[in-house]
Amino acid sequence: MHNKTLIELSKSLHNREFSSVELTQHFLDRIRQYDQTLNSFITVTEEIALAQAKAADKKLASGKAGPLTGIPLAQKDIFCTKGVRTSCASLMLDNFISPYDATVVEKINDAGMVMLGKTNMDEFAMGSSNETSYYGAVKNPWNTDHVPGGSSGGSAAAVAARLTPVATGTDTGGSIRQPAALCGITGIKPTYGTVSRYGMIAFASSLDQGGPMARSAEDAALMLNLMTGFDERDSTSIEREKEDYTRSLDNSLKGLKVGLPKEYFSEDLNADIAGVIEGAIKEIEKLGATIKEISLPNTRLSIPAYYVIAPAECSSNLSRMDGVRFGYRCKDPKDLYDLYARSRGEAFGDEVTRRILIGTYALSAGYYDAYYLKAQKIRRLISNDFKNVFNEVDVIIGPTSPTVAFRLGEKSKDNDPVSMYLADIYTISVNLAGLPGMSIPVGQVEGLPVGLQLIGNYFQEAKLLNVAHQFQQVTDWHQKSPEGF
Amino acid sequence: MSLDKKDVEAIARLARIEIKPEQIDETASQLSSILEFVEQMNTIDTSAIEPVAHPLDLTARLREDAVTEPNQRELFQSIAPAVENGLYLVPKVIE
Amino acid sequence: MEWETVIGLEIHAQLATKSKIFSGAATAYGAEPNTQACAVDLGLPGTLPVLNKEAVRMAVKFGLAIHAQIDEFSVFARKNYFYPDLPKGYQISQYEKPIVGPGYIDIEVEEAGPIRIGITRAHLEEDAGKSLHEDFHGMSGIDLNRAGTPLLEIVSEPDMRSASQAVAYMKKIHSLVRYLGICDGNMQEGSFRCDANVSVRLKGEEKLGTRTELKNLNSFRFIERAINYEVERQIDLLESGGEVIQETRLYDADKDETRPMRSKEEANDYRYFPDPDLLPVQVSRELVDEVRETLPELPDARKKRFMEEFNLSAYDAGLLTADRELADYFEIAVNTANGESKLTANWINVELNASLNRENKTLSESPVSAEQLGELILRIKDNTISGKIAKQVFASLWEGKGSSADEIIEKEGLKQMSDSGELEKLVNEVLQANPAQVEQYRAGKTKVLGFFVGQIMKQTGGKANPGQVNQLLKSKLDQ
Repeated sequence: MHNKTLIELSKSLHNREFSSVELTQHFLDRIRQYDQTLNSFITVTEEIALAQAKAADKKLASGKAGPLTGIPLAQKDIFCTKGVRTSCASLMLDNFISPYDATVVEKINDAGMVMLGKTNMDEFAMGSSNETSYYGAVKNPWNTDHVPGGSSGGSAAAVAARLTPVATGTDTGGSIRQPAALCGITGIKPTYGTVSRYGMIAFASSLDQGGPMARSAEDAALMLNLMTGFDERDSTSIEREKEDYTRSLDNSLKGLKVGLPKEYFSEDLNADIAGVIEGAIKEIEKLGATIKEISLPNTRLSIPAYYVIAPAECSSNLSRMDGVRFGYRCKDPKDLYDLYARSRGEAFGDEVTRRILIGTYALSAGYYDAYYLKAQKIRRLISNDFKNVFNEVDVIIGPTSPTVAFRLGEKSKDNDPVSMYLADIYTISVNLAGLPGMSIPVGQVEGLPVGLQLIGNYFQEAKLLNVAHQFQQVTDWHQKSPEGF
Repeated sequence: MSLDKKDVEAIARLARIEIKPEQIDETASQLSSILEFVEQMNTIDTSAIEPVAHPLDLTARLREDAVTEPNQRELFQSIAPAVENGLYLVPKVIE
Repeated sequence: MEWETVIGLEIHAQLATKSKIFSGAATAYGAEPNTQACAVDLGLPGTLPVLNKEAVRMAVKFGLAIHAQIDEFSVFARKNYFYPDLPKGYQISQYEKPIVGPGYIDIEVEEAGPIRIGITRAHLEEDAGKSLHEDFHGMSGIDLNRAGTPLLEIVSEPDMRSASQAVAYMKKIHSLVRYLGICDGNMQEGSFRCDANVSVRLKGEEKLGTRTELKNLNSFRFIERAINYEVERQIDLLESGGEVIQETRLYDADKDETRPMRSKEEANDYRYFPDPDLLPVQVSRELVDEVRETLPELPDARKKRFMEEFNLSAYDAGLLTADRELADYFEIAVNTANGESKLTANWINVELNASLNRENKTLSESPVSAEQLGELILRIKDNTISGKIAKQVFASLWEGKGSSADEIIEKEGLKQMSDSGELEKLVNEVLQANPAQVEQYRAGKTKVLGFFVGQIMKQTGGKANPGQVNQLLKSKLDQ
């Protein structure tokens, strides 16, 4: 049951081969059995799941069901879910029972999907290894001594280990694509403004974007159909026609122009990974695409710009966590300052604290122009790089991550935050430019998955999914699952 | 840019985050290394470049002036650390 | 040493929208605490702001009224600071690109005549909530109903030179925003508030002195008193060799003094940056034109028209046009009264105004409508009643004893006696009854005429036409 794709599950449910309650119970059992090891869930919502499954079965029986009705999923714990703790993996929100649903959650609920629970993540989505979670690190199901990547590490691990058919994620600098790569699954971050940010707890508002984490491009396309759409509650949401992301999955890749950015194949890239990526490129070439080298000359500036913009925005976004209206409050504050400083000091983890401090500094008087404004200008340069390239090619491909999943503690133990930041070298530019990007599994190195990143022009999600799907028709990396789960 | 202990204390105060005295030195060195890293931005001249506001250079969409939100005080205050008579309580505010 | 005072004002006008600037919560005043604070106003995690169109239109309206530049793009920025009445830890305001650019307004003050006051800018922002300091076991209570109410912050140039000029400017803006219908101007409820930047310098000196910012000036009277107190304090300080410190001071109306605000002691670094949740606001030409169409006639233009069209003095026209409602009232009354402008202006500025004040009523609560007053004036004009009787009719109208002046005149028999036969009979009777006074008059003491008029008025209950009585008396006595 747990190896079926969304289409297969949908068929089985509609044909009444099994009920949504049975399916849900099956995944709940798997979570109970395996998540002790993986720690991919912060909260398992068993009661809600079974109630939703029951309701879905009724809908299915009455013929009013949609394509994904009755199929379980996991929500990243960054999406507000009414009546359910929404912690963002922080002590700060450990007691935060959201009084409302995020737009994405509303859409998914309306479609009749079943929420199994809330997945683990880096605290407030700040991290690339899922080690900054207040609820402890998530283990990579391919090798539990290794990280699953981050920040959507819980979602990635849960999908990879078949603890859920599909999950939601968010991506600010690679947080969907990098864990998808490290866990061997398919994840897509759509164009900025495509998925509503309302109710998605903000990390860096101008970069954050939600998206699905699934086992295949086809599953991701189905989820994207649900998650996207204009939302009047989000001023940055884009008003445009709703599209069917599955419409061009079966298109041929003949004549597709693919660009390989030379900056993504430099000496930073692990040689074994480079080999796997080259193999994948050959497959795509075989499918009819033409390959050419391109250049994104400002790539090297993307991480520095990102580590100004993201902290600056987060320092302000997280100011509302003040112990007054919700969330953690320190014991016996002696005055107002003490209430703020101690509540925040005690409840934020080290990485979150570091980023708030950096952001506070970057925005402070006398430094704004040199840091934040400068970074927003570099963003324009990075966007322009892509604009130029998309005059010549349809899709850009390259590695998602310079390494496979590293060992737990490998990059966090030596207190050098910058070495962790470099893990996002290939993914960050896409967020800065607001472009769609995705990662699909294309091979393994030493038993750990390798992800291929596909980057498209604005609103070219369907094109990316088409390329990914065609690749997945001739390969089976996306069907491989980690042993022991 | 290298930050010293005093800088860190000032930033932490501005950000309202208490840092334990024994952690200030290490924080200072980590923040300094991050700043040093991001200063790679200075290797390029951006004086003629417009900063980005939205990746697609869109402008704000405006909302009609209508009251759409009902009173949900009870629900909202059920998750508050301290309330009394419908008010959120905080240590005494001095003007 | 002769000192010069320099004042600039920052006025906060709450815009009269139905919903908040960035959320769909109501803005009505006086609701139970926190019942009008929605998820967005509370800054719950994940919530986002969406700008209210009406707030933008109102700001544009104000901009047009002060002859200001309206740029095509304006930007919302976050002003970051921690305070319990500021739920998100930042206020959404405008910093580098305000919606309304430089403009001006002309004020008139007795001591200096007309003065042009520059308006640097006006920008949109959200209001904060309120901290209530009654004792909750040594804690403060926070009410966030006001959080997110749209404000237009109107920043003047330091162009005012006295407290009375500052008050005149503030009154002018107050009148303007009410004319425009963008703010109810209620100072008691805090819909119209002001901070004053005050400094002094030696006369002739170019450089501005160190200023202090005075907060909590919620009435015209307090502004004047606070500024005067502060000017004196600064001069005393400087003359005794001290220095003015740049600081925020709170005006304490009970003690009539200003004192430093403790919460503002720490120099703030607001870390402004463009709000990434809100995109730049585009004010198109079309929108500006559309708003321009809805602009009412503004106080200055109306005053000028009143002077020309109704031949009123600058003083009367100024009084009548300071308030849009009052000016509307006047226009209806004067049109009903066939253009009898002087009389109408007097009745409004004296009788009506006194009655409203006596009963602490606003114009909209006046029991006497503009039409009713106009009809009353018509009856004075056509000699149906005398001015004195008219006061009686007005009082009856005020008390609701009739629906029109005519009805009251009829019912209470107040019509002026102009039947000359009847009057002549009365005159004869009065002259016969007072031969001594007749003698006095004929001996040259013509003042006695007044006595006879009084007698006749007394007998007619004031209804005799005084002009006619005079004429009759004179013709009889001079025979």
